[in-house]
Amino acid sequence: MKSGRFLIGFLLVSLVLAGFVSHYASSSPDGLEKVSADKGVDAHSRDHSMKDSPLADYGVKGVTDARLSGGLSGVIGVGVVLALGGGLFWVVRRRGTHATPQQARPGQDA
Amino acid sequence: MHVPDGFIDAPVSIAAGAVAVAGVAVALRGARRELDDRTAPLAGLTAAFIFAAQMLNFPVASGTSGHLLGGTLAAILVGPYTGVLCVSVVLLVQGLLFADGGLTALGVNIINMALVTVLVGYGVFRLLLRVLPRSRASVTAASFAAALVSVPAAAVAFTLIYAIGGTADVSVGKVAAAMVGVHVLIGIGEAVITAITVSSVLAVRPDLVHGARGVAKSLELHVEPARA
Repeated sequence: MKSGRFLIGFLLVSLVLAGFVSHYASSSPDGLEKVSADKGVDAHSRDHSMKDSPLADYGVKGVTDARLSGGLSGVIGVGVVLALGGGLFWVVRRRGTHATPQQARPGQDA
Repeated sequence: MHVPDGFIDAPVSIAAGAVAVAGVAVALRGARRELDDRTAPLAGLTAAFIFAAQMLNFPVASGTSGHLLGGTLAAILVGPYTGVLCVSVVLLVQGLLFADGGLTALGVNIINMALVTVLVGYGVFRLLLRVLPRSRASVTAASFAAALVSVPAAAVAFTLIYAIGGTADVSVGKVAAAMVGVHVLIGIGEAVITAITVSSVLAVRPDLVHGARGVAKSLELHVEPARA
């Protein structure tokens, strides 16, 4: 499979999972939430400082349809993580995969 | 297993933040060796995939769910250093935009879900590959086992941090037993998702799986395409 096609396929899978399949996810508390509530670990827990964020709790503020709101927030999240992560990895990466380091010209390592 | 604000006291949260910063700094240095023009885009997409998969809570026991942590998966696909960064980026975005995982607990969450899952998961994966025969099936099996172990390991890490800096008055033994018990079950889900994802990528692009380097070499067909 060609790289471009593979990468686009991988992205599409993520978008479908976050934008569509997420609607069918279990809404039960996760392991930590459940144990904390059962045992009282959460006695001093506080509200999240970003609880008024437009994307708080995986919904888009102002969008009333639950499926649309959740799906949209998932798609936005995938986009933001891809932009942030992809940007970071692109900056951090080794430059010029095909160039041999010995042949690099001086003063070129910007 | 995103720890909210207020579970862990301020001094331990700050100390955890310092450990997380150090871990991410080491990962940034190491990731340079793992990332090039070919693998950097895959790493970005791996982070996006983990964000998506973390939205998919699956039921594990009465009234309890779990979701992928993704550290083991990321480490196997794009390398351990980059794997730490993938999960850390996801946690940062979740905390800042989605109110998931307390901002004062970001250090704790990076330790549990990025550093511990990668260290334990990738460690188990490499150990298993050393003893298993060199095959695609071995890579998938090792992915399954490594992911399975990584989730209770993260639960133990949370319990240890709770033991040092927990704000509630609950015995550590009780928390440990309950946390490890439920996270072994969640680990099975983590293992299934990790194994399916790794084997899917292995099926189409074995050369892109960091953890299968060396193994994948012997799997590739060396057919030179006819040049036009």
